[in-house]
Amino acid sequence: MSHNFADASARQRAKLLLDDGSFRELLGPFDRLTSPWLERQGIVPQFDDGVVIAKGRIDGQSAVVAAIEGGFQGGSLGEVAGAKIAGALELALEDNQKGIPTAAVLVLETGGVRLQEANLGLAAIAEIQSAIVALRAHQPVIGIITGPVGCFGGMSIAAGLCSYLIMTREGRLGLNGPLVIEQEAGIGEYNAADRPFIWSLSGGEQRLAGGLVDACTGESTGSVASALRYYLKKGLPKVQRSDAFDRFLPALLELDNSQQLDAAGARAILKGVQA
Amino acid sequence: MSRGQHWFDALTQNMQQKPSPVPSVCVADGELAGRPCRVILVRPDAANPFPRARSGEVGLLEGWALAKVVQEATGDKRTLLAIVDVPSQAYGRREEALGIHQALAAAAGAYAKARQAGHPVLALLVGKAMSGAFLAHGYQANAILALDDAGVMVHAMGKAAAARVTQRSEEDLDRLAASIPPMAYDLKNYASLGLLSGRIEVSSAEAPTGSDLEKVNAALAAAQQQALGSTSLAHRLDGENRQASKKVRQLLRQQWALES
Repeated sequence: MSHNFADASARQRAKLLLDDGSFRELLGPFDRLTSPWLERQGIVPQFDDGVVIAKGRIDGQSAVVAAIEGGFQGGSLGEVAGAKIAGALELALEDNQKGIPTAAVLVLETGGVRLQEANLGLAAIAEIQSAIVALRAHQPVIGIITGPVGCFGGMSIAAGLCSYLIMTREGRLGLNGPLVIEQEAGIGEYNAADRPFIWSLSGGEQRLAGGLVDACTGESTGSVASALRYYLKKGLPKVQRSDAFDRFLPALLELDNSQQLDAAGARAILKGVQA
Repeated sequence: MSRGQHWFDALTQNMQQKPSPVPSVCVADGELAGRPCRVILVRPDAANPFPRARSGEVGLLEGWALAKVVQEATGDKRTLLAIVDVPSQAYGRREEALGIHQALAAAAGAYAKARQAGHPVLALLVGKAMSGAFLAHGYQANAILALDDAGVMVHAMGKAAAARVTQRSEEDLDRLAASIPPMAYDLKNYASLGLLSGRIEVSSAEAPTGSDLEKVNAALAAAQQQALGSTSLAHRLDGENRQASKKVRQLLRQQWALES
């Protein structure tokens, strides 16, 4: 497979990650479950609300893929899109509780909460986070971030709860979108137009060097899919990244904050955290 | 002194203040209606070493510290009470570079694990409950209670920032919010989404009187009782303006089971 994963649609991505012939979409476009809130604001809704849920197998084992379509409303999550992801993770948990091992893969192409559905997006993301925490005690929950939208907002917090995170160099992972930071803190703090600067802080290579993701792969579907299979086989991590306060807190408390931070400085600090 | 601080001080006056890893996170241990309880507050700290987190924002230190103080409390069956008065997450370069998303994940994950392990987790909204900050501190609670006051606000983004990002005016946002409940900033609309377990009328939301304190304690005790033995967030799906969330789950369940 030499297909570029980042160029594929959410539906194609889900198909590409699952074993051949095992893809079955749940709540697909024919179910016509659209957002109840967008049309009232003059926005044309989409019949899948920008999220593809697919059940299938990966290396023969039951899995569910939730893939967010970055092309619809910037991959933002509203009520329906968010409920699709939370609901799928909740059902995967139930499967595991019944003795059917089912892993979950999140393809994260999202700016976070859809502001047109603000509080319902936020609530759904809290439920997604809860479901990841419950599910990751049974089976790995793996996040994949390849671009071009990146993974931001509340869903970056969800990413931080995943058992493993896979990125490409072109992927970006951060809490706040560059434009919002620039607006809130000024251009001196964060220049949203300086793309190399943004990639240097939040791109896949930097996140791997800082230990905030597990792998930085090539962009081909083959690279992404084989990394996914590697981490699924690896099983549950010994320590979840989100439980590492004993490593992060001392390093952050010792920090000399007199100078603004650059990418190299951040790497050095995060390397210390990993040591 | 912040609203959050007033309520923390009042609610913990008979409790023991505990050391916290950072001055912007306050912790006290005591009892709520006869059960062991830990009360946790994120508050402003003008001397915060991270300049973008000095006004009560949840930043790197606060996220990781919350994770630590929540996890430390889960040895016995202790209730966790999050007092919520958080204007936003911290917006800054250091924050992004050092993985603020991971710090906030640590906090959200610790609260979720505590709830799922059977510790009652309660959130008391006394001021702003915004965005990533609320996800990290409060949104994983079994029960979200709020003071019935115009200064209590829940939203995905502050109004001024939301207006800039969506290229609308603040007046436009207010107009839209009038007919689109999830976009509103007020508690009445928020309650219609089914996300609130109770609104508590108080005479002073800024600083509680004796009778305010009694009311809040009674509401917290009742919420604690309800939360015992309940670990899921499913009750949040019952709101009148949240029917699509329920429908998605019902259809998903039907289709999930079709195979195999």
